[in-house]
Amino acid sequence: MSDVPAGLETLDFSFSGGRPAGAFAPVLVGVVGSGNLEVMLEPDAGNGCAVRVETSARGFGPIWQAVMNDFHARHPLAGVRVSINDMGATPAVVSLRLDQAVAEIAGGRP
Amino acid sequence: MISYAECSARERLGLLLDAGSFHEWLPPSERVTSPHLAQLGVPCAFDDGVAVGRAMLDGCSVFVAAQEGAFMGGGVGEVHGAKLVGLLQRALRDRPAAVLLLAESGGVRLHEANAGLIAVSEVMRALLDVRAAGIPVIVLIGGANGCFGGMGIVARCADHIVMSDVGRLAMSGPEVIEASHGVDEFDSRDRALVWRTTGGKHRWLIGDCDALVEDDVAAFRAAAVTALNESKPLTLAALEQEHLLLTDRLHALPSTDTTGTTDSDEATLLWTALGIPDAQQVPELSVDAVRALRTV
Repeated sequence: MSDVPAGLETLDFSFSGGRPAGAFAPVLVGVVGSGNLEVMLEPDAGNGCAVRVETSARGFGPIWQAVMNDFHARHPLAGVRVSINDMGATPAVVSLRLDQAVAEIAGGRP
Repeated sequence: MISYAECSARERLGLLLDAGSFHEWLPPSERVTSPHLAQLGVPCAFDDGVAVGRAMLDGCSVFVAAQEGAFMGGGVGEVHGAKLVGLLQRALRDRPAAVLLLAESGGVRLHEANAGLIAVSEVMRALLDVRAAGIPVIVLIGGANGCFGGMGIVARCADHIVMSDVGRLAMSGPEVIEASHGVDEFDSRDRALVWRTTGGKHRWLIGDCDALVEDDVAAFRAAAVTALNESKPLTLAALEQEHLLLTDRLHALPSTDTTGTTDSDEATLLWTALGIPDAQQVPELSVDAVRALRTV
């Protein structure tokens, strides 16, 4: 038996120093399927970028931190709330979904 | 040509309806999610696996729901079912030209047990109320997960069913039949058998669906537009007619004991009994060719 308890893990990250995303309609990309995830971006009051992850794969907090650090480096957003439901997506898939969501804000199609 | 089967539920909505016309109720940002899944360690989806709303189809006002097969196999949980029921009940009030159901579901979401079962029964009741009010309910089936279990029953309660050849429609799914009756009764790994007995071509030939289309979003859209004006009366006479058709079909199937063949399965025997020539060739035929073969 693993030492990691069963159940969901909730992870919160926050970033500051981004540029304001301005007003936009909430966007949703991806699906909560095996090895996949959904990412929702919504406008948020304030100058930060708050990220909440609900994941079925417990014990990967440091990897999520690294993936989100990279995301913030690519897209330094402010005034955005990022919400993720994850079913064991790999870091590469997570990064692609995040980039897809940002592209959707800009009105681009995936 | 864009594969309907490979689209997500939201991609289907974007491509099937008039461009930009979909207005969603209870969108993901409302976070109306399952109250049950987290206790089981399963992540929820912000839309609980179904998007509902109003839209335009070929200039007509319609209500529409799209199930996401990639989330828990499109399973109907408590919230998912309540969204479908709410959409149908609102249709009674607002009277759209039709209600479209882009079905892709394994049936009840077993994680939610009785709540899911009750939800599906409520969907059936609401759907029949909508039909009784003279508003056609059109079901589109072409997702990789098919349309099974309670949603299979829901589909057969509707006015009009559009299927692609890759779509599947049945009550018990292949694995369920194998688990309950054994691999000799039904080998769920035999994909050809699964499609011969549940696939769109079969459902078309025996009269269980009203249109057979290619796996193409544009073809589904065209078939849905055609179905907009094809409300079927929900009457005792229509129900008795349906029962008669089912009885005839059951009796049309020759007993496998008397045929003595082992390489000919019941689907092929039934097609032959219904007067379809070269029934063994049906799985190899194009959608166009199969469409011309229907005898019922």
